Amino acid sequence: MLEIKDLHATIGGKEILKGITLTINAGEIHAVMGPNGAGKSTLSYVLAGRSGYEVTSGSVTYKGEDLLALSPDERACKGIFLAFQYPVEIPGVASATFMKTAYNARQKYRGEQEVDAMEFLKLVRVKTKELGIKDEMLKRAVNVGFSGGEKKRNEVLQMALLEPDLMLLDETDSGLDIDALKIAADGINRLRSPERAGLIITHYQRLLDYIIPDFVHVLADGRIVKSGDKSLALELEEKGYAEMSAA
Amino acid sequence: MAIAQETVEQVASVSEKYKYGFVSDIEADTAPIGLSEDIVRFISAKKEEPEWLLEWRLKAYRHWLTMEEPEWASVHYPKIDFQDIYYYSAPKVKDKLKSLDEVDPELLEVYKKLGIPLREQEVLAGVEGAYNVAVDAVFDSVSVATTFKARLEEDGVIFCPISEAVRDHPELVKKYMGSVVPYTDNYYATLNSAVFTDGSFCYIPKGVRCPMELSTYFRINAAQTGQFERTLIIAEEGSYVSYLEGCTAPMRDENQLHAAVVELIIDKDAEIKYSTVQNWYPGDENGIGGIFNFVTKRAACRGENSKVSWTQVETGSAITWKYPSCILQGDNSVGEFYSIAITNNMQQADTGTKMIHLGKNTSSTIISKGISAGRAQNTYRGLVRMGRKAENARNHTVCDSLLIGDKCGAHTVPYIENQSRTAKIEHEATTSKVSEEQLFYCQQRGLTEEESMALIVNGFCKEVLQKLPMEFAVEAQKLVGISLEGSVG
Repeated sequence: MLEIKDLHATIGGKEILKGITLTINAGEIHAVMGPNGAGKSTLSYVLAGRSGYEVTSGSVTYKGEDLLALSPDERACKGIFLAFQYPVEIPGVASATFMKTAYNARQKYRGEQEVDAMEFLKLVRVKTKELGIKDEMLKRAVNVGFSGGEKKRNEVLQMALLEPDLMLLDETDSGLDIDALKIAADGINRLRSPERAGLIITHYQRLLDYIIPDFVHVLADGRIVKSGDKSLALELEEKGYAEMSAA
Repeated sequence: MAIAQETVEQVASVSEKYKYGFVSDIEADTAPIGLSEDIVRFISAKKEEPEWLLEWRLKAYRHWLTMEEPEWASVHYPKIDFQDIYYYSAPKVKDKLKSLDEVDPELLEVYKKLGIPLREQEVLAGVEGAYNVAVDAVFDSVSVATTFKARLEEDGVIFCPISEAVRDHPELVKKYMGSVVPYTDNYYATLNSAVFTDGSFCYIPKGVRCPMELSTYFRINAAQTGQFERTLIIAEEGSYVSYLEGCTAPMRDENQLHAAVVELIIDKDAEIKYSTVQNWYPGDENGIGGIFNFVTKRAACRGENSKVSWTQVETGSAITWKYPSCILQGDNSVGEFYSIAITNNMQQADTGTKMIHLGKNTSSTIISKGISAGRAQNTYRGLVRMGRKAENARNHTVCDSLLIGDKCGAHTVPYIENQSRTAKIEHEATTSKVSEEQLFYCQQRGLTEEESMALIVNGFCKEVLQKLPMEFAVEAQKLVGISLEGSVG
């Protein structure tokens, strides 16, 4: 589904990604772990197409297409979803409106029927129920005054609704207490399917107790220094990043 | 489009019913270019006005000659040559219309372009239970269609072109016109007093809640024709009316002057809600063309517990100079001003309000949302004045500015004058930018950059958009998006 080859990227002229090669097939969940500043979030932003992140060399192919040639919204409409580490506040825009607009943007892009407010509420209520989210949250402005846990849960809700093919989760576990973490993980696990893939970016192995990855990669100083199965995450937890990176 | 065609037919059939919209005084005609006493007399004669009105116009004209064009606003434009403007033009109608086929297709085309909203189409088509909206369409200075007059008459509501009011209700016009905005008021209002051609008149008698929203569509059409509308609304004791005003204009290169005057009179326990969506041609991205909009709007809350609410969405015009104001004379009277002003490219807006508190326990609320993009300049200018007798008067002002890009400007100029020891005045102001983060977040959810911008800006304006009547709110939301096209990337 996703093929990253020798990807180099800079921000403000500074090279952050220094040659990343990674292949993610449909049905697989990959975890990328690494210390602060390793380039984990940069990787997710480059894949999502955020401006200011310049790819200097390498390639990214998504479903056989040159991903880097697409605008951020095209990537989203083609099934890439980034759950933000720090979800952004949009004052005055109700969560329900935001999600309906996003849902319909994708429908339109795919030449499918857009939904009206009533139909949309039906759709979204199924998801809020599954995720234990109160409908009241739909009326509040996007992420405004949300607690850390609410913001993350809202990201998972949006993801559940938009049903992406490739999920990019940027430190979705940070700021979550154990109950919230379980709910978020549940939501993500529910989306796991043979057609869907995921890239989980995390600091800690904790999240991986709930979302069992097929592969784990260690990212340090802009490179993948080690890859393995889920046992690698446990090893990391034990030995720490310093030793792993040095290895 | 089938719906548009349907509307055109509906309007045409209504026009046919109300033939008074096509009386002889609108026979094809344009006054010679320029302004003089003769032109003022010409306009007055064309409208078959009584002597007192001609005298009033002439007094205004003579006073105008002694005045200087104001320069205090933060807007810049080439000097207007008032002798290079046509002050009167009327659409061409051959004879009295006998059937639909005789309606000028050009006129029908204008209606089509006006895009009369679906709600109104339903009403025009007589759909059962449809929301009632009466439309008094102003086509190039002369009203050509008035609907629902009969329904309004049942309740004693008068809603007609002002020229018709001069003819049929001279006592009301004579009593109230110029009583809120005197002919000496300011340069543009004085000019308007001399040469106004048409506009709406509305009178709600004591205790009547107007059974429908009243709406007027203004359109500037003939090249180089200044538009000088005059609107007068009187709400008698205990009455209520909601008035909607919306504008569109075609593309053209020459700047067009528009100087309207709106006067509202509100008696004891009465309320007027006045909503405007203004999207006149703003000029191109280099500032060529576009409407010059110099408007004087003022409401007098004369009675106790009277209330006026101005809501405006200003997205058009090259220059906007507009300060809908409230004179809160009656005790406990309430004034509200909710504004969205969007300027893009080379547009300039200097807009705000004046809240003049005279009575006891009067209160006012100002919520202004200014959005600036491109190389535009957006100024909020507002006065809050508490008079000596305005005991316990209150004002709350919120001015929020939003900047898009780094070449535009936002300015907030509040004036506060307080002579009351017990008055409370609060002023809040913020300036923010649409962040790259917000845009990226929306785009990552599948919205294009422009859709993202429209969504974020609509969120910023939400408090004001909510104040608009339903059908206007939908239009206005779309307009917010359209106005900002080309502002990103």
